[in-house]
Amino acid sequence: MTWLQRHVRPEQIRELSLLLLIVVAIFFFGSLIDGYYTFRTFNRIASSVAIITVVAVGQTLVVLTRNIDLSVGSIVGFTAYFVGTLIASHNSINPFFAVAIAILIGAALGVVNGVLVSWGRVPAVVVTLGTLAIYRGVLVDLSGAKTVTTDSLPQWLIDLPLLNVLPIGSLDIRALFVLALVIVVLFHLGTIYLSFARRFYAIGSNPEAAQLIGLPMKSVVFLAFVICGALSGLGGFMMLARFGNITVEAGRGLELSVVAAVVVGGVNIFGGSGTVTGAMLGAALIGTLEQSLFRLGISEFWLNAVLGLLILLAVASDAIILQRLRALWTRAELKLIVGAPEKRGTQP
Amino acid sequence: MTGAGAALKRWETLMFVLLVAIIALNSLDSRYFLSIGNFVNLFQLSIEKSIVALTMTLVIIGGEIDLSVASVMGLAACVAAWTFQHGAPMPLAVLLALAAGIVAGLNNAFWIAYVGLPSLAVTLAGLIGYRGVARIFLEDRAIGGFPEWFNQLGQQPIIGPLTASIVIFFILFVFFAVILHSSALGRMIYAIGSNVQAARYSGVRVGLIKTDLFVASAFVAALAGVLYAARLGSVRGDMAEGFELDIITAVLLGGVSIFGGKGNLAGVGLAILVILNLRNGMGLANITGNTQNYVIGGLLVFSVLAPNVWQDVRNTWRGREI
Repeated sequence: MTWLQRHVRPEQIRELSLLLLIVVAIFFFGSLIDGYYTFRTFNRIASSVAIITVVAVGQTLVVLTRNIDLSVGSIVGFTAYFVGTLIASHNSINPFFAVAIAILIGAALGVVNGVLVSWGRVPAVVVTLGTLAIYRGVLVDLSGAKTVTTDSLPQWLIDLPLLNVLPIGSLDIRALFVLALVIVVLFHLGTIYLSFARRFYAIGSNPEAAQLIGLPMKSVVFLAFVICGALSGLGGFMMLARFGNITVEAGRGLELSVVAAVVVGGVNIFGGSGTVTGAMLGAALIGTLEQSLFRLGISEFWLNAVLGLLILLAVASDAIILQRLRALWTRAELKLIVGAPEKRGTQP
Repeated sequence: MTGAGAALKRWETLMFVLLVAIIALNSLDSRYFLSIGNFVNLFQLSIEKSIVALTMTLVIIGGEIDLSVASVMGLAACVAAWTFQHGAPMPLAVLLALAAGIVAGLNNAFWIAYVGLPSLAVTLAGLIGYRGVARIFLEDRAIGGFPEWFNQLGQQPIIGPLTASIVIFFILFVFFAVILHSSALGRMIYAIGSNVQAARYSGVRVGLIKTDLFVASAFVAALAGVLYAARLGSVRGDMAEGFELDIITAVLLGGVSIFGGKGNLAGVGLAILVILNLRNGMGLANITGNTQNYVIGGLLVFSVLAPNVWQDVRNTWRGREI
């Protein structure tokens, strides 16, 4: 085994290459756009990526278990609208209480998905395709076509997206971005180190084996949907903070961006492999492309075509390159076990 | 095996009873419901989705999914409108639109059948990408002013009260029913859907059949897109956006398993009728389109949930461990 093979897993190589791709994209657009390397560019990209990232973390957990949640866009819209209405009518509400309510609403909607998938034994695509329509429909009916407007919101909420948590020189690290980063770090460490969270991987990579060793399949899948709902609820709150004006259409179609981020980030759509950090990098790459193409002024109409191609290439590279890499790694490991003469530790 | 067969039969019976109940309720509710004009109207209003649902049935029975159909519909309409605006005669523009559909289908098929990527991811990329290409053609303009015969294609009745789109739907329904239920190709689609490894080892050319499925799906979607353009009389870049969800809902409500290998076209035909009559009846009863959407969504979940819950209840009653 080479030094590289001992210390880096193929999946990590894929994530590093994604990071490299983001750097290349930044240099590429930087050479085309005047005044690209400014903190304003960073802030724009960061605040648009933050919401997608938080929801994508939840989606990653669901996809890891071989399921999918297509209702996240509706959950985001639902919580953004109702928490917005609540705050608009009770301006003195405690900020943490407001966030807690957003998370709870999201989690409750996630519970519905989870129960139907786990105990109703209805395929996740069917359930969440249905709840995508149901949550949005209930929202539109209950809202009576009213909207939440910025001037009805308290000052702290309007200031939140501009809140500067960590000023480094003139670089602003804003609250929503920090929140997204904290979530990613928490869930990344959690899914890597907690034996409890490894169950998401176990169930996704081999359901039969997971069943045989006695994992509580239903509860774990249920939990994935609840966490995904809760994070979508948080995403809804972030959307409320960022835009202020919330209509019943808020978050429509967000599920596509989220699934795209997860897939570009190298999370296997058939479950069992991929990381939360990968999903974040996927969201960051898509966000960078989105904002940069917009800045470049070549019509925004090209964006979707490029995005589609990108997803295709990401999935293809995943299948082709990663498979080869895994094969190389396995061969090296086999050699080690079978005992092919190899001096260990001599390589640099 | 007989149990499964009986359950399938029960499924269509269930759909049929539901359909009769809805029609009975609707005709009590509104005296306009039972007129031929209303039935043609009801069919006509979402005929494009019904057409695409036919090929979607084949794709899902084959164990795959095609999320890109609505974008292909939009792409085909935009190609037709753009080439027409740039001087192509309308028949040529329609042919180019259909060709664009075939190219999109071949692209999907290449990645799915030969590279071996999951169709969910490939056609998700297609959903975003083909819509993007359609937008590049039309940006935010709307193109109309098509020749008279083209607009009439979408609006004028040609046989009795039936428009061209409805006639095409019935022809395609019979065509795909014959393929799926009484041809070797149809049996192979079921075989691939229920166990792709077993099918491959029995000598089924899986790649070729998957290619057929995705090209047929995109071609029919392109045809539906052109018919949609003919019905509306003008084309925009966001045309048919979000249709894929309604189409997949109809197929799944028709008793087709999302995991492939199970279901038939008769069930899907009944499901289309159920959805159309339900929407129409709710419309006549002044229930908004929004409420209609989530009633259909609820029906979709319930239709899969109910048999499972029933099974659980029966097992508990018999005192068996589930």
